Amino acid sequence: MFKLNNRDCEWQVGLTVKELLELKNYTYPRIVVLVNAEVIPEENYASTIIFDGDNVEAIHLMAGG
Amino acid sequence: MDLKNDQAGHKFLKEYNYDLGDLDRGYTNRTLYINVGTHEIKEKPVTPLMKDKFIGGKGFGLYYLWQAVTEKTKWNDPENEIIISSGPVGGITQYPGSGKSLVVTLSPLTNMPIDSNAGGHFGPFLKFAGFDALELQGKADQDVIIVINGNKGTITIEEAPAGAVDTHILGEQLTEKYAENEEDKRNIAVISTGSAAEHTNIGLLNFTFYDVRRKGIRLKQAGRGGIGTVFRDKRIKAVVIKFAGVKGNQNHPADQLTLNKTGIKLHKEIHDLDNVQNKMRKIGTANIIEVMDKYDLLPTHNYKFGAHKNTFKISSEVFISKVTQNYPDGCWHGCSMACAKAADHFELKTGPYKGQKVTIDGPEYENAAGLGSNCGIFDPDAILELNFYCDTYGIDTISYATLTAFVMECYENGILNKERTGGLELNFGNIEANFELIHQMAKGVGFGKIAGMGIRKMKAYFEKEFGADPKFLFDIGMEQKGLEFSEYLPKESLAQQGGYGLTNKGPQHDEAWLIFMDMVNNQIPTFEDKAEALHYYPMFRTWFGLNGLCKLPWNDIAPANNKFTDEPAKIPEHVQNYVDIFNAVTGKTIDKHELIRQSERVYNFQRIFNIRMGYGKRVHDKLPYRAMGPVTVEEYLSRQERYDQQLAEFLGYDTTGKSAEEKIKVMREYRESQYEKLTDAVYKRRGWTMDGVPMVEKLREIEMDLPELIEVVKKHV
Repeated sequence: MFKLNNRDCEWQVGLTVKELLELKNYTYPRIVVLVNAEVIPEENYASTIIFDGDNVEAIHLMAGG
Repeated sequence: MDLKNDQAGHKFLKEYNYDLGDLDRGYTNRTLYINVGTHEIKEKPVTPLMKDKFIGGKGFGLYYLWQAVTEKTKWNDPENEIIISSGPVGGITQYPGSGKSLVVTLSPLTNMPIDSNAGGHFGPFLKFAGFDALELQGKADQDVIIVINGNKGTITIEEAPAGAVDTHILGEQLTEKYAENEEDKRNIAVISTGSAAEHTNIGLLNFTFYDVRRKGIRLKQAGRGGIGTVFRDKRIKAVVIKFAGVKGNQNHPADQLTLNKTGIKLHKEIHDLDNVQNKMRKIGTANIIEVMDKYDLLPTHNYKFGAHKNTFKISSEVFISKVTQNYPDGCWHGCSMACAKAADHFELKTGPYKGQKVTIDGPEYENAAGLGSNCGIFDPDAILELNFYCDTYGIDTISYATLTAFVMECYENGILNKERTGGLELNFGNIEANFELIHQMAKGVGFGKIAGMGIRKMKAYFEKEFGADPKFLFDIGMEQKGLEFSEYLPKESLAQQGGYGLTNKGPQHDEAWLIFMDMVNNQIPTFEDKAEALHYYPMFRTWFGLNGLCKLPWNDIAPANNKFTDEPAKIPEHVQNYVDIFNAVTGKTIDKHELIRQSERVYNFQRIFNIRMGYGKRVHDKLPYRAMGPVTVEEYLSRQERYDQQLAEFLGYDTTGKSAEEKIKVMREYRESQYEKLTDAVYKRRGWTMDGVPMVEKLREIEMDLPELIEVVKKHV
């Protein structure tokens, strides 16, 4: 189990940030991802592995109406 | 006086000359009053109190409206006013999004003040012509046109010519008529509405300006709340303003250098980042159609669902191919965000203008979502044409779309049938019936006349005439305070329910749009967090309306380093930009905290205004349940996994063996109680009683303890 935006999320071995965003259908272009409070650059999404117990934030900077 | 007018045979009902005056630090320090019934025209001074407490824009509008009406005044009484004002920052050309006009009147939908804003050139031209606001009062006994010449210092009330009312014709005719030549057309701005505004409660005001590149008029709208209906009730056909000579220092700002520097900074940001962020220059607000669908937030079939398998047919890419002309397109000088879009040479397929090739402004997100998915329509050409007719007929696309979606659900539930609709088969997705409905509204005939009353009045009518269940109508009729919801699905975000429900004018998203912060990012998990957001954002966004500013350059573009700031959702650098440009124009020295207090004064004034008119209390902040959760089994089942999980997680409710109806009941009790708790928290944060009345202490704290406000408040605490 790990936290995604402060909600429990099922953990899978080897899960990367890129795969997590795809899994959650997070397609919005202005998302900031932090793993354990560290900002992950977009070019590192595919190589950044999420570990059991990590705290992941995927903050959508969505302007809206 | 303009000879062309005399030659055209127009009768001048009143002529008035004025000194052009000077603009100083964003203010002309006077306003213009016109009574179309008595033909009185006068100038009024802008007082220090107006500038200190109300700033400008909708602040001035509310201030004047308060004085014009009593608690008994109805929208169609002669004393009701339409007030149009820009604001002290409005009209600058250095910072994007500075051409807004704010319009205030008593609404035929809500019976209390409505405010709505529009882009275009009218607001800045009005100020450059010498006036910080225009008050229109009275009721003419014949159609009139008001003409303001801001270079000559003349104002006339003229008999309106017979003929076109619809804006795409009237706006063009008036631009042609009052311009000296082709070059002069850019100096003309017109406000008008259309034929449907005469027969419905959802009339809008079109703000026409001349597009030099297209050599034709463009339309922006003050859409919400039926302002166009009031306009035509006053028998005003149009207001024409002419001003030549817009310059970058027209506002005579206190600090031109800071204005220039702040503007250049944002221009560079937009240039560098827009294409990798929201693509506002490329497609405008329509960029979020597919985003809303992906996140299950796109209103579909009268807000039942948040996505549809056919959304790809109306995605932003589809509209890019149909709409844009490969250049950014703005509605006021110097706006590099340039989000206005248009489809040129669009051949109409229906209605009185069938076969005409027209320019259609838009679609914006609201139009695509409302006229499209919410009504089950996934045909981009149909959406564009409905968009066109809404504009030229002078009806609000949001109200039209939302009430049509409501009517469609009523039709599919048997509340309506062909007999009751005069033959219209108003199922979701029926494009033909939708067109017939809008054309009926323009003529004031058939079921279009009934639908044009708006959802609130339709609900009463359907109950009385057809014996419909009022509870079901209340649940699915997406209006609150009498105003139709704008086009976002709030049912999975408690904060956005507050963003719609705990508003002054009704469920329009221009106060707070918190869906992602709440539902996706989970950044405001507690009631207190949500209440703080429902204090800050409505106050911050109110400020745009005091100053003649557009919201979009605030957060539809963000600095590259914004993600590393402590409050990225607020876009702190842009907040400081607004502080800087306000101070640069006015010479004042506000900070970001005083910016919020400026808004708080006007926001609380508007709340008390509502209370004075018999509304504006807790009971009026109640939402239809469709905005809060699943009303029907069909809705529950569409998200069964999510809802079952929530019932288990939040309530420890075992859903095993339970029917959808049982689960809906439990879910409803829970969600309604959540909304009540949120309401408590928000009222507390805003300094209101638990009945939603601003407390005297709060008014003192924000230095808004005006005697007339205390008098109203004391009756209700």
